[in-house]
Amino acid sequence: MQNFQGVGVSPGRIIGSVRQMPKPVSEPPSGERLAADVAPEDAVAGLKAAAQSVHDELKGRADSASGDGKAVLEATALMAKDTMLLKSAAKLINAGSSAERAIWEAGASVSEMLHNLGGYMAERATDVLDVRARIVAELRGVPAPGIPASETPFILVAEDLAPADTATLNPSVVLALVTSGGGPQSHTAIIARSLGLPAVVAAHGVDEIADGTEVYVDGAAGFVAVSPSEEQRAAATAWAETSATLAEFDGNGTTADGHLVPLLANVGGAKDAVAAAALGAQGVGLFRTEFCFLERDTEPSVDEQAAAYKAVFDAFPGKKVVLRTLDAGADKPLPFLTDATEPNPALGVRGYRTDFTTPGVLERQLEAIARAASESDADVWVMAPMISTAAEAGRFASLCAAAGIQTPGVMVEVPSAALTAATVLREVGFASLGTNDLTQYAMAADRQLGPLAELNTPWQPAVLRLVQLTVEGAAQEGSGREGDPKPVGVCGEAAADPALAVVLTGLGVTTLSMTARSLAAVGTVLKTVTLEQAQELARLALSAPSALEARDWVRAKLPVLEELGL
Amino acid sequence: MPERTATIASRSGLHARPAALFAEAAGEQPVEVTIAMQGEPADDALDAASILSLMTLGAAKGDVVVLRAEGDGADAALDALVKLLETDLDAE
Repeated sequence: MQNFQGVGVSPGRIIGSVRQMPKPVSEPPSGERLAADVAPEDAVAGLKAAAQSVHDELKGRADSASGDGKAVLEATALMAKDTMLLKSAAKLINAGSSAERAIWEAGASVSEMLHNLGGYMAERATDVLDVRARIVAELRGVPAPGIPASETPFILVAEDLAPADTATLNPSVVLALVTSGGGPQSHTAIIARSLGLPAVVAAHGVDEIADGTEVYVDGAAGFVAVSPSEEQRAAATAWAETSATLAEFDGNGTTADGHLVPLLANVGGAKDAVAAAALGAQGVGLFRTEFCFLERDTEPSVDEQAAAYKAVFDAFPGKKVVLRTLDAGADKPLPFLTDATEPNPALGVRGYRTDFTTPGVLERQLEAIARAASESDADVWVMAPMISTAAEAGRFASLCAAAGIQTPGVMVEVPSAALTAATVLREVGFASLGTNDLTQYAMAADRQLGPLAELNTPWQPAVLRLVQLTVEGAAQEGSGREGDPKPVGVCGEAAADPALAVVLTGLGVTTLSMTARSLAAVGTVLKTVTLEQAQELARLALSAPSALEARDWVRAKLPVLEELGL
Repeated sequence: MPERTATIASRSGLHARPAALFAEAAGEQPVEVTIAMQGEPADDALDAASILSLMTLGAAKGDVVVLRAEGDGADAALDALVKLLETDLDAE
């Protein structure tokens, strides 16, 4: 029996057969010539046949898809047998190039042309590259890149998933995700949590598991086993039952002794907000407004923004909705705001800082928020991302006041903001800890890098200490709305981990915001501890010499996690 | 050579879904059809059945394009395609 240990990023215990994600298609060597015994006409005919079968495969998938995904697949299918693409490849073949190299170069130049046109066309540039890779795979007789198409459910094993893979990932067929690379904050982890799929990342060696092998995956323990044992089969059966009871949150986040910790949802638009409300979210702790701006060349109008924000506010009448102003830069570039040539974008002009270089965008966004808030019944709070100093917090608060926004706040993601929380919170009404970036900056470890996965976890005692400092600063600063310390929430991935949620509660965090699918699990575990026990667990985690021990020590004191498979 | 002009009616212009529908329809015609922006030389016309050509053409809503075709069935083909361009395909 062979076992693999990785990092568990989304709970669930499941047994299924493995399908490996095909390796990315490698570039045919530059200058690769047509074999001497192949006539150019035959090579062109072969290319056309390969293109046709790629077209047919994509068309078949389009037929069974729906909505936006269907439209994209239909367009991509047409690109596969596009005359412009194939004619320019044929020209290269006639000049002596191999068919693989010819389609590779033809695809590159078309893709560049689309990229230079910008906007919608630039987005399609990657589709051309995808089609090109598929045709090369077809010519070579190797499996097409991307998530395998399959009718029977399987456990997907890959090196790592890209955001684009989400579109083709069918959660009714994919049972679980296992990757050899990636970290707890990688795209794979985020995709898995949002779809509610068990997932293990950074499991070294899993690339070698053969297709069709039956494996057991424990997405909480970060464990993958080949040839599952009887105990593991029983655990998978038990999970199937508990997961059904963990699907619904009763809308009341509280500890066993009645200390209230509202559980809120992270949403990216009206659709998410409606789904989160249906799952029992007590409000929104992080409304990402980027959706309004991404994939655009120009800034959306105030009217357009106000309508989009109101649609989210309307899903939570009478409840709190915490909106984060535009957070562009680093992994979320925007042509009209950010500079793609920055040598170190994570430390660059991003988040609130884009107001230094492009003033006006933030003020217009605040105007739109204020208007939407005045037309809805939600209790709207507004926070700025990437605040580093009290002066920035003060300036943001005055911009909010000028726009007529009642409750300004800040995201605490930069360690300096946590360290000076008392002065930062003197300027604003609340703080929300973005643990993903806070961890990345505290540990100086890029979120997306697999080799740094061990550093990049919010279980790091240093990160927990920064959370504690923020809460202490808020307490020192004194009164919020009702004379209590100013509220400090958490809206990073950490809040979705039930064990960490208990620790954060013990540290004094007032609200937890997470992907809506995690609400029920977090709510269930929180109800099993008293505030005093949570505080004890927080002290335990802070005293640990490493992230691994912090996690293990806390989990050992929370047997409910093992029982539920969380 | 038979030719027709048409005004793009789709809200998103000749991109995305409208481009895919139009390219597919053009590919189904018995004759080869070309497309160009009005006022551009016929030599620069692009293959109307190529979705990538349509996308690089960059025709927006309200732009006028010229379709050309030759051979048996050219007129019928052009009429059918003009009708498609002058329908708001985003609305469907």
